Amino acid sequence: MLTFTASIRRNLIATTAAALLATASPAAMAATPPDTLVLAWAIDDIITLDPAESFEISAGEIMGNTYDRLVRFEVDDPSKLYGDIAESWTVSDDGKLYTFKLKSGLKFASGNPITADDVVYSLQRAVKLDKTPAFILTQFGLSKDNVAEKIKKVDDTTVTLETDKAYAPTFVLNCLTANVAAIVDMKLLEEHAKDGDMGYGWLKTNYAGSGPLKIRDWRANEILAMERNENYAGEKSKMARVIYRHVKESATQRLLLEKGDVDVARNLEPGDLEAISKNDDITITSTPKGTIYYVSLNQKNPTLAKPEVREAMKYLVDYGAIGATLIKGIGEIHQTFLPKGLLGASDEKPYKFDVAKAKELLAKAGLPDGFSITMDVRNTQPVTGIAENMQQTLAQAGIKLEIIPGDGKQTLTKYRARNHDLYIGQWGADYWDPHTNADTFARNPDNSDEATSKPLAWRNAWDIPEITKKADAAVLERDAEKRAALYRELQQDLLKESPFIIIYQMIETAGVRKNVSDFKLGPTSDSTYTFRASKS
Amino acid sequence: MAQTAVDPQGGRSGTRRILPVLASIARFVVIVALTLLGLLAVTFFIGRVIPVDPVLAIVGDRAPEHVIERTREELGLNRPIYEQFVIYVGKVLQGDFGTSVLTANPVMTDIRRVFPATLELATLGTLIGSLIGIPLGVFAAVRRGGLLDQIVRIIGLVGYSVPIFWLGLMALVVFYARLGWVAGPGRIDIVYEYTLSPVTGILLLDTAMQGQWDAFWNALSHLILPASLLGYFSLAYISRMTRSFMLNELSQEYVVAARAKGLSEARIIWRHALRNALVPLVTVIALSYAGLLEGSVLTETVFAWPGLGLYITNSLQNADMNAVLGGTVVIGAVFIGLNLLSDLLYGLLDPRTRRS
Repeated sequence: MLTFTASIRRNLIATTAAALLATASPAAMAATPPDTLVLAWAIDDIITLDPAESFEISAGEIMGNTYDRLVRFEVDDPSKLYGDIAESWTVSDDGKLYTFKLKSGLKFASGNPITADDVVYSLQRAVKLDKTPAFILTQFGLSKDNVAEKIKKVDDTTVTLETDKAYAPTFVLNCLTANVAAIVDMKLLEEHAKDGDMGYGWLKTNYAGSGPLKIRDWRANEILAMERNENYAGEKSKMARVIYRHVKESATQRLLLEKGDVDVARNLEPGDLEAISKNDDITITSTPKGTIYYVSLNQKNPTLAKPEVREAMKYLVDYGAIGATLIKGIGEIHQTFLPKGLLGASDEKPYKFDVAKAKELLAKAGLPDGFSITMDVRNTQPVTGIAENMQQTLAQAGIKLEIIPGDGKQTLTKYRARNHDLYIGQWGADYWDPHTNADTFARNPDNSDEATSKPLAWRNAWDIPEITKKADAAVLERDAEKRAALYRELQQDLLKESPFIIIYQMIETAGVRKNVSDFKLGPTSDSTYTFRASKS
Repeated sequence: MAQTAVDPQGGRSGTRRILPVLASIARFVVIVALTLLGLLAVTFFIGRVIPVDPVLAIVGDRAPEHVIERTREELGLNRPIYEQFVIYVGKVLQGDFGTSVLTANPVMTDIRRVFPATLELATLGTLIGSLIGIPLGVFAAVRRGGLLDQIVRIIGLVGYSVPIFWLGLMALVVFYARLGWVAGPGRIDIVYEYTLSPVTGILLLDTAMQGQWDAFWNALSHLILPASLLGYFSLAYISRMTRSFMLNELSQEYVVAARAKGLSEARIIWRHALRNALVPLVTVIALSYAGLLEGSVLTETVFAWPGLGLYITNSLQNADMNAVLGGTVVIGAVFIGLNLLSDLLYGLLDPRTRRS
């Protein structure tokens, strides 16, 4: 028996030693290659690589780096536009015809030249495919039937776009900076087209662009690799490769970053950010984003429809506590519906936590003892924390809040069907123009259940014919200063009356290794230009 | 299903011997088909009644109403549920599991990519669990109440009670971040990412076959920690079960008889008692292996491991039902396959099942 246990023991030791030796092999500790930027990021939201369909956050960034468009905005000052493949542009006197002159000698990554035909094809394709982001273009009156008439090639380097109304030029041009207006390689797509689908089936997992980086490989929930596009005429990518690794867990991202196995970590939670801020090898960069978090009150609920109740609720949020703890480093308190950075955005913060004031308003509404209400909350932070915080603060005025937790898609499905009482959600700007938010918070052209357009105002059954008219006027104001003033007025109206309690504007934060320079988060997802980053 | 093992004592003539075998094969095929169909049906209907709109996952929150309606039509979601099911099964019978809306790939292409990652992890985990767990359980039973027995008890307790998520992170902090013994989360370092052409998708095999030993060691170094973690949990279970099976065997009369005959203790334990204990252990190991093959969502999350568990969970949360159903079929097939395998092993290990 002794001999047997001894031999087993020896075997055990031998196998353990072998395993340890194997893991201690020198190749195990390789850092990231010097010519490659590696980012840890939750990229499981990407469902397609086609810019005419893609509308997700991480996909947006990839499109921004790999596709050119007619115009872009300056990352440092989003109110300034510059030509990307357009050399110049003019707007006709009646405000409806936009003429773009293209730069010459540009090429796609495939080697095909970029021509006026490609531009016309790209914009028409987006309208004809009519996927989710197509509304950014169709809102100028473009449709499948008229797009051939409205977007035209004049000569090899000139393209015109005709709108149905004389919109603010800032609005039209801002929309053209969006991913959906990206220029795609017509020749390449038509080679891969099936049954006249304009390469839609193929482009979902492939690439046909001309940006500073090109997409090499996408394995869903695993990796997305981009490479330098040597055919790019402008500022070339400093890195030969930029690779996103799908890492969902914040603590895992932090470990990878600390060990140098990634250069940038993108989803760090407040606790991990704080720990990393003490690390000398890592810097933290952050930028306010065009996303705001809000709580909304369904006006189908007669209690919530009372103006005094709407106002009282705005006094029952502990903005100070939320800002100091729950969203520290990932957001800043913001109360208007336009995030900072957009034309006309106001940073006014009239509301603070005030139980006495709220009680007074509730008494006026005939509800001195409060009421009971439910809130649908996604199972993620920081919204769960904010909901729990509100549970306490609302209770101080006698409002009993029941939290209904759910998965993201589940609560959203309920919200979209207007079956909620309170809902806590976020809204990100779809394109860099104030109309994107005015269109959803301040417009509700048809409040019936059969409405064809269902903005956030509709989802909360907030019937606002007057405010809708104001928002419509703002998008047609061609003078930028006057236009900004109109949006400031709208924000005032909504602060007072709306069923939206806007709580904060998101700040995006990333942990970056010290040897990486010029990695800058943009105000929108498609303006985080990783091609500008370099490593020493 | 134990009868599916080939009957060595069949009839005298050739046809007599083959017929019952054919019959049992046919019965087996029917049972498998029915099981899979049942699995599909249950998953399909659960998928359709969960309060998530599958269209939302594809078009997103911002899509205009007409886009939503058109997509619903394209997916056939406006048809009655039973009709959708019949259409789906019809396609599956032709080998078409549909396309995942989240990855834009055919479901089977996705699964061929994510399943090897899980297979590699689960296999190594089970190997670690059995190779250490069984001897540990045997020693614990032999020296009942001894030090080793206490250790097994503690391992079992920790294995059952500590959350795998936490243990995984701690293991990463210690062995990857502090000690630097192993590589971190992910399957392989970025350097090797594009020098490798996937054949089986099992990185250890691919790298070894292509003679890329640097990459092989790197992959192993990435694999060893999550595999040990899963191995630890199956070890906790396997060693406890081995211990109790062994205790049962060691109290049997044949052990007393063997001792009386003067056989060495080692021979009694390893050749006689363990051999009998192995019969139920095979089921235990097969079940724990199958459990690991489903993919461990939490382990895969912590270790950024692109496996089946994450794939199915992510698909389910987004109501990507083609992917969920495809994954379910694969898991179902794995369970059936392992069941069959353990039945065959039963036949080898236990002469009684051969006779019945």
